[in-house]
Amino acid sequence: MRFLKQKTNIDFMRLGNAAVVMSTILIIASIASLSIRGLNFGLDFTGGTLIEVSYPNAPHIADVRENLASSGHADAVVQTFGAANEIVVRIPPRDSGSSDAELSTEVLTALQQGVEGEVVMRRVEFVGPQVGDDLAEQGILAVVYSLIGIFIYVMFRFQWRFSVGSVAALIHDIIICMGLVSLFGVEFDLTVVAALLAVIGYSLNDTIVLFDRIRENFPRLRKSLPKEVINVSINQVLARTLMMSLTTLLVLIALFIFGGQIIHAFAFTLIAGVVVGTYSSIYVASTALLYLGVSKYDLLQVEKEGAGEVVDTRP
Amino acid sequence: MNQYPGWKYVLILAVLAVGVLYALPNLYGEDPALQITSTRGLDLPLGLPAAIEDALVVEKIAFKSSEQIGNRILYRFSSAEDQLLAADAVKKALGESFVVALNLAPATPDWLRSLGGKPMTLGLDLQGGVHFLLQVDMDTARGQQLDRYVDDIRAVLRDESIRYVSVRREGNGLLVLLRSEEDRSRTDSLIQSDQSLVGLQVKETNVGENFGLSATVQEQQLVELQQTALKQNITTLRNRVNEIGVAEPIIQQQGADRVVVQLPGVQDTVQAKKIIGATATLEYRAVDEQNDAFTAAQTGRVPPESRMYTDNNQQPVLLKKRLIVSGDQLIGASSGFDQQTGEPQVSVTLDGVGAKRMLDFTRENVGNRMAVVYIEQKPGGKMLEEVISVAVVREPFGKRFQTTGLDSMQEASQLALLLRAGALAAPMEIVEERTVGPSLGADNVEQGFKSVLIGFVLVLILMAAYYRVFGLIANLALFTNIVMLISLLSLLGATLTMPGIAGIVLTVGMAVDANVLIFERIREELRNGNTPQASIRAGYDKAFSTIADANITTLIAAFVLFLFGTGPIKGFAVTLSLGIVTSMFTAIMGTRAVVNLIYGRRKRVSKLLI
Repeated sequence: MRFLKQKTNIDFMRLGNAAVVMSTILIIASIASLSIRGLNFGLDFTGGTLIEVSYPNAPHIADVRENLASSGHADAVVQTFGAANEIVVRIPPRDSGSSDAELSTEVLTALQQGVEGEVVMRRVEFVGPQVGDDLAEQGILAVVYSLIGIFIYVMFRFQWRFSVGSVAALIHDIIICMGLVSLFGVEFDLTVVAALLAVIGYSLNDTIVLFDRIRENFPRLRKSLPKEVINVSINQVLARTLMMSLTTLLVLIALFIFGGQIIHAFAFTLIAGVVVGTYSSIYVASTALLYLGVSKYDLLQVEKEGAGEVVDTRP
Repeated sequence: MNQYPGWKYVLILAVLAVGVLYALPNLYGEDPALQITSTRGLDLPLGLPAAIEDALVVEKIAFKSSEQIGNRILYRFSSAEDQLLAADAVKKALGESFVVALNLAPATPDWLRSLGGKPMTLGLDLQGGVHFLLQVDMDTARGQQLDRYVDDIRAVLRDESIRYVSVRREGNGLLVLLRSEEDRSRTDSLIQSDQSLVGLQVKETNVGENFGLSATVQEQQLVELQQTALKQNITTLRNRVNEIGVAEPIIQQQGADRVVVQLPGVQDTVQAKKIIGATATLEYRAVDEQNDAFTAAQTGRVPPESRMYTDNNQQPVLLKKRLIVSGDQLIGASSGFDQQTGEPQVSVTLDGVGAKRMLDFTRENVGNRMAVVYIEQKPGGKMLEEVISVAVVREPFGKRFQTTGLDSMQEASQLALLLRAGALAAPMEIVEERTVGPSLGADNVEQGFKSVLIGFVLVLILMAAYYRVFGLIANLALFTNIVMLISLLSLLGATLTMPGIAGIVLTVGMAVDANVLIFERIREELRNGNTPQASIRAGYDKAFSTIADANITTLIAAFVLFLFGTGPIKGFAVTLSLGIVTSMFTAIMGTRAVVNLIYGRRKRVSKLLI
C-alpha cells in the first residue's frame, strides 16, 4: 500500500511566498483571538474551586443554581460535564479570610438538598491563587527553556540558520495552537501546557527529519540551487511525514473520542499541533532557511554521523 | 550479508525476558487487605497476630493470607465486603493503640516479589483519593517565635528580679525597656548568655527616659527556624495521617515552604481536611483570682500580668499571662467519658518538664482555679482562643489528668487525636486540593485503557496494511515497546496517572516514527535500483542519525518538562522519555534482528514485502 505514487516531484517552494502570507495571517488571527477572546484559563491558573458531582437523575441546571444561590454561592458557575446527570460547579477564588478548603463541603451539602438519592462527589479541585501564579510562571519558563535547549542542540548538530528555522517553526506552532485553543474556548489548564510541550517535541521531530535530509542532499546535489535542494528533500521525506502524521492522529483521535472529558483539552491541543506542525516543518522551517540564505557552504564542515562509513550505494 | 552476531540476539532476548518478567506483576491485580500498625509507630507486640485472628474467627471472616513487614502487618481478603467487616471487627478488638487501615495489596506471587517485581501504583486520578498542597504560614511562625522570645525574656528578668518597664514585639524585633543603666547592662549580658535566647542581636537605644535594648533575630536563625518549623510540620502531618489510617500516604516537602500530602483511597475528605489542616492545641493557665473579669471587661483595664479571654458562652475570663503547660509538653491523650458526670473528656499525659511544672503549680494553688484554653490557628494568621473549662484544683497532680468541657464525644476524640499527633510548629493553609472520587477513578481507568487499546489497534492495522511483512515486524516491536515501558515504569516504582497514560499513547505514535523512517528509506533505496539486502542495510544505517537527532531533541523537551512540571506533568515527562529510550531499542535493534532472521541468511532475496 502506498499513499503516493513512486516518486513525487511537487514544487513545494513555489508556494513559499504564499505560505509566508498564510502563516502571517494565521499568526495575526491567533494573536487577535488571544487578545480579544483571551484564553479560557482553567482552575490551575485562575485559582478557585471546582466540584464535579453525578446525580442519580439529570437535574435541572436552573434548580441547581438556585440551590447554590440560596446557600450563598450566587457566583457559582454550573455546567453539565459530559453526561446530562454530571454537573460541574466552579466557584471563583474568594477574598482571603474565609477558608476555601471548607467550601467544597458546603457546596456538596447544598447540592444534595432536595435531591432524592445520593449526589456522588466525583472530583474536587481547589487551587489557591498563589499556586496559579507559580504554575503560569513555570509553564512559560518551561517553554522558553526548551526552546533555548533545542536552539543550542540544533546549532551544534547543524548550523545556526537551522536553529533559527526550527525555533521559528516552533514559535509559529505554539502561537497558532494557542490561537486555536483560544478560538474554540478550550479550557487552558496544565494538561494543555503539557500538550503544547509535546507539540514542540512532535513538530521538532518533523523539522529535524527534513533538515537531516537537506543536510544530506546539499553535497550530493552540488549544482542545484538551495531552493531545489529543499524541494527535493521535502519530496523525499513526504511519504514519511504523511504516514507519521496519520499514525499520530489516529492515536490522538482515539484519545479524544474515548479518553474521557479530562483528557479532551490535551487531545485537542495535540491534534491541532500535529496538523500545524506538519505544515510548519514543510513551509515555515524551510522557508526560513531560504530567507536566511542557506547554502551548501554552510554545511561543508559537518560530518554525516552514523552514515559516515556507508558509501553511496547507487550503481 | 545482513546478520547479527549471536551475542546480539542473546542480548535482545535477555532484555526482553527481563522486560516481560518485571511487567508481569501488573497482570495479577490487587487483594483487598487490612494494614495494622501501632498508633505510635512502635514495634508490634508478639501476641498481636493471634489477637487479630481471634477477632476474625469470632466474626467468621476468612482471610487469604497474612504477612508482617517491619512494624506493619497485612491481612489479605478475597472480597471487599470481607475486608470491611474485618476492619470493624479488628478495630473493635484492638482499640485505640493500633491503626487499622484499608489497603489494596498487590497480589504479586511470592517468587516474583522476591525478585523485586511489583506492579505500577495507580495515581490518585485513577484509584481515587485526596491530594493536598499545604503552605506553611512563615509570617505567623516568625511572629510566634518573637512572642516566645518575649515570654522567655520576661521569665529571665523575673527570675533575676530585674524590674522592667516593658518587653514587647516591635516590628521584626523586640524592645526591652528598663529603668536604669545598670539593669540594662545586666539584661544585655543575660540575653547574650541565656540558652533559650540564642540568635538575638542586641543594640542599646534610649526611648524617652527609659533605657532600652532593641533586639533583632539573626537572619540565619530565621532560616533555621523556618526549616525546623517545616520539618516538624511534616512529622506532625505524618503522625496525623497515621492516626486516620491511610495505607500508603505520601507526605513530602515541595519547595521552601510547601508540603504535599497525598492520601490514596481516602473517601471521607471532609474529615481528612479537618485533621490535616487543624492546628488545635491546648494551654493550661491560672485564673487571675485577684481581679474580676467582668469589671476588667467593662472598664477595659486589664491588669498587666493577665490577659482577657472568653469562654464558650462568650463570657469574659481573666487568665494569667504566665503559661503553666502548653500543648507541646503533651505526650499522650485519649478520649473517653467522665465516670461521674458522663461528659466527654480527654485524658492527658504530660512529659517530664510539663509534669513538674504542673505539679509545682497545683501544689501551690489548691483551691484556686485553673483554665484550659483551646487554641486554633485559622488561615491568614487569625486565632481562635477559647476557654473550654475552668476548674478548681482540688489536689496537686502532675503527669496525668483529665480535661472536660468539650461539646461532644466527636470533638473529644478529635482533640485527643490532634494532641497525640503533636501540634503544628507553624500554621498551614491548604493552597491546592484535588480530590478524585472512586467512581471517577474507575471511569478514568476504563477510558484510559480503552483509548490506548483502540489507538494501538488502529496503528497496528495501518502499519500491517502499509508495510506488509515489515509492518508486522514493526507491530511486534511496538508491542514489545509497551511491555518494556510498563516493566521500566514498574521497576522505577512510577505512579501511573491519566497524563501518564497519555504519555504511553503518545509514545506509541512516536515509536512508529522510527520504523516509518527506516522503512521509507528502504523503499527509497529499492526505488533507486539497489538490491534488497543492500537496501535493508542502507535503510537502517541512513535512518539512524535522523532517528537519533529527532529523539534527542524530543528528550530535551521532555527533560525540561520534568524539571519545571509538578505532579501530573512530571508523570507525563517520565513516561515520554522512557518511551523514547525503549522505542529506540525495539524499533531499531529489535526490528533489525527480526529482519535479519528472515532475510539475512538468504543468498538471494528477489523481492522485499515492504
